Amino acid sequence: MNYGQFLHMLPEASLVLALVIMFFADLMLGKGKKKVQTLGMLMTVLLVAQIVSCAFVGPAEAFGGLYVATKATQVMKIILTLGTLLVVLVAQSWLERDAEKLAGEFHVLVLSTLLGMYVMMSSGNFLLFFLGLEMASVPMACLVAFDKYKNRSAEAAAKFVLTATFSSGVMLYGISLIYGTVGTLYFNDVAGRFQMLFSVAHYQPSLLLAIVGLVFFFSGLGFKLSLVPFHFWTADTYQGAPTAVTGYLSVVSKGAAAFALLVVLSRAFAPLTEYWEYLLYIVIVLSITIANLFAIRQSELKRFMAFSSISQAGYIMLAVIGASQMGMASLMYYVLVYVVANMAVFAVINTVEQRGNGSTMMSAYNGLYQTNPRLAFLMTLALFSLAGIPPFAGMFSKFFVFMAAAQQGSFLAYFVVFIALINTVVSLYYYLLIVKAMYINKSENPLPTFTTDCATRVALVLTIAGIVLFGVCSCIFDGLFAFAA
Amino acid sequence: MSILTLFVVIPALMLLGLWLSKSLNQVRGVMVAGASCLLALSVWLTIYFVQQRAAGNTDVMLLTASTPWFKPLNIAYSVGVDGISVVMLLLSSIIVFTGTFASWRLQPLTKEYFLWFTLLSTGVYGFFICTDLFTMFMFYEVALIPMYLLIGVWGSGNKEYAAMKLTLMLMGGSALLIIGILGIYYFSGHTTMNVNAIAAMNNIPVEIQKIFFPFIFIGFGVLGAMFPFHTWSPDGHASAPTAVSMLHAGVLMKLGGYGCFRVAMYLLPDAANELAWIFLILTTISVVYGAFSACVQTDLKYINAYSSVSHCGLVLFALLMMTKTSCTGAILQMLSHGLMTALFFALIGMIYGRTHTRDIRYLDGLMKIMPFLAVGYVIAGLANLGLPGFSGFIAEMTIFVGSFENGDMFHRVCTIIACTSIVITAVYILRVVGKILYGEVKNPHFLELTDASWDERVAVICLIACVAGLGLFPLWASNVISDAVGPILANIL
Repeated sequence: MNYGQFLHMLPEASLVLALVIMFFADLMLGKGKKKVQTLGMLMTVLLVAQIVSCAFVGPAEAFGGLYVATKATQVMKIILTLGTLLVVLVAQSWLERDAEKLAGEFHVLVLSTLLGMYVMMSSGNFLLFFLGLEMASVPMACLVAFDKYKNRSAEAAAKFVLTATFSSGVMLYGISLIYGTVGTLYFNDVAGRFQMLFSVAHYQPSLLLAIVGLVFFFSGLGFKLSLVPFHFWTADTYQGAPTAVTGYLSVVSKGAAAFALLVVLSRAFAPLTEYWEYLLYIVIVLSITIANLFAIRQSELKRFMAFSSISQAGYIMLAVIGASQMGMASLMYYVLVYVVANMAVFAVINTVEQRGNGSTMMSAYNGLYQTNPRLAFLMTLALFSLAGIPPFAGMFSKFFVFMAAAQQGSFLAYFVVFIALINTVVSLYYYLLIVKAMYINKSENPLPTFTTDCATRVALVLTIAGIVLFGVCSCIFDGLFAFAA
Repeated sequence: MSILTLFVVIPALMLLGLWLSKSLNQVRGVMVAGASCLLALSVWLTIYFVQQRAAGNTDVMLLTASTPWFKPLNIAYSVGVDGISVVMLLLSSIIVFTGTFASWRLQPLTKEYFLWFTLLSTGVYGFFICTDLFTMFMFYEVALIPMYLLIGVWGSGNKEYAAMKLTLMLMGGSALLIIGILGIYYFSGHTTMNVNAIAAMNNIPVEIQKIFFPFIFIGFGVLGAMFPFHTWSPDGHASAPTAVSMLHAGVLMKLGGYGCFRVAMYLLPDAANELAWIFLILTTISVVYGAFSACVQTDLKYINAYSSVSHCGLVLFALLMMTKTSCTGAILQMLSHGLMTALFFALIGMIYGRTHTRDIRYLDGLMKIMPFLAVGYVIAGLANLGLPGFSGFIAEMTIFVGSFENGDMFHRVCTIIACTSIVITAVYILRVVGKILYGEVKNPHFLELTDASWDERVAVICLIACVAGLGLFPLWASNVISDAVGPILANIL
């Protein structure tokens, strides 16, 4: 065996190294606030190094197609690492206050989930894909349970573990059916065998088996992406998990799953396109519509963001329709924009939660503009971006996923886009409710004026820069489009 | 870089200046300086345009420039103006300039107010200078969203409801627009988003055009207050602060008519011919229904808002008549209605600021107390009902003459029905003028009120001068416009 192949896995290797460093740093350093800060700094440095290492590794294939890294996967790794960096920055104030002793574990767990997502995205084989997925979701359950003596964190984690294992089981079953049909687990071979099978008339039964396998596999990933009708765990888990972890779940984890889904569908299931497109149409329409209708009624901001993120996942799935270069580019772009906009919102939620005796109710935001105008203004920009209002990046990313879906050309695709568009109006309504709370509603005792801590401020500056610049600076999208080829 | 880009750059600089300014005087300074620059720029543009045309320059668009923006998607930042955009830019500048003075004493959060106000005008200017579908759409939405905060925070009455209703309905319209834009882009061969280039190719199959035409026409029609999508307009106008009503009725609603003409009818000409009758019926209803509704309102702003529905309906009505005269009339009506309504809303705001009521049942004898404002109100009213010498007469005359050029029964009947709105307009205008301006002062509290202050006089005099100017010297405007209407109509007919 050629051990040189491991060099192609440099991003994963450096991430493992970062994990080890983090683990030992946690052991060696003393106790107290100082330690949390040092660990935070170290984590930031490691993640920045990680971004650099992803940026300098070219596309590669190793172990006979088991591991496939294209330009697109490397870019996606950079985007997700950036998202993780934002999560870590946002988490600092919470770690310092509530989880001082566990800061090291937090960072180690975050890094290991990230490693799982890396593996999942660059796998060329169903087995490795599954391994990556599990590696991403098991430590995630620990993260969700981080506040286990407080709030509803333990309940949230239990729900998360149960659905995660269940969906893994479903997916594994799907994979086994696919293996039964074609006798291989490598994406490229699977596609080739499908093609061969379907060209022979008396193999129709195996087509059926393949479709059932596809549906099971899709449902498994649907749970991870929290698409309707696999979304029931989302609201409770999002509400119970610590705010930073909720941000991580909704942004990084979701982005990785969406990207992996596009890769698998467009590579392994390419011959089945006409079937999975119908699946997607149904799931998109349901996700966007139902999540939006539920979001309207929420008064707790984290539950609210849970439903908002379900509908955003629906929008991301629009990019998967057609599985074109445009689709890949717009998906990566959407995830990038979603990362910054959503993390800006979670940074504000986290700050308000820390300063306002732990409340994440929408009423806590009444009159925020009077006492903390800057924070309220940043929140407004982030919400506008999520709702798709120009000149912020969200509008561009939404428009591009619509373009990607419409490119498919059938009237059904236009119809799905139409439903999605009508839903943008609904979503604007509930995003405006928060804006209204901050600017228009009066409050008896609004939050006192406060200054945010350094880490949060860095995160906010980064996200706002992203929200404002990612759209207007066309070079970002042009670059992603080139990498998506 | 084209000089037209300045129309976006100046508001952007104003935003920056407002962001940095520390005191009320600085805010006012930035606003006046910026608005004057914009006014000067658009006056210069108009003169330049007229000179170019006089010198024999017959390009469809002048001052064109194009910079690729999102290259893989053929999205470009391309600008260019024809006669229609020139007069619309002039109108916007006048309204922004006078709107600044009309909100001179606005409290509280003056700085934030002007920030959103300027963002709104950035969208408006951007929309009128751009010739790229995506960029136009982007600016269109930029112009919509500040309305929510402007009405929600600084409005009066049932403002939260009105702000939400307005924003959601207009965003619903823009959702329809996206579908239409995607359809036009992909079915014209996805090579360009440039409006003129797509019109020149003219290669979208008729069946496809018929599917996407309603999306775009209704999408813009919502903003143009077309029946039955006009319901946001009365509530929105009634709750908005003065300058926002001015900008909204004066300019923003014109984005609707402009878009219907420039995008829907220009790019989907066959569908426009075949489906025009449906929308003609709807717009005829708007014209008459708006006028009748205005007759029974008791709130000054509601009266004016319904009157706007009627007059903006007339714009779309005239465009759908598709003769050169009627389309010229439509653009003249946009210009004239923009100026008149801005004047009206400015005066209503000033009266409301003093009397704290807009209900005509409690207002009387204002002519004795605030003669300047009252005379302004009479002038605005007369212009609105189409008295010769004011802009309203020119516009409506052109529209109805143009519409009657269509020889068939259907168009003639529609025209005759729409003509009745002239009479109804006279009814509601004279009723209001008689009720609130003349007669005895019954409320002793009113006797202590003062007449207009200097900043208010600036706004009112500017607008009256423009209304009368357009009414007395209409030829230059109608030449500039009809010259631009020609090429677009040539594409349709």
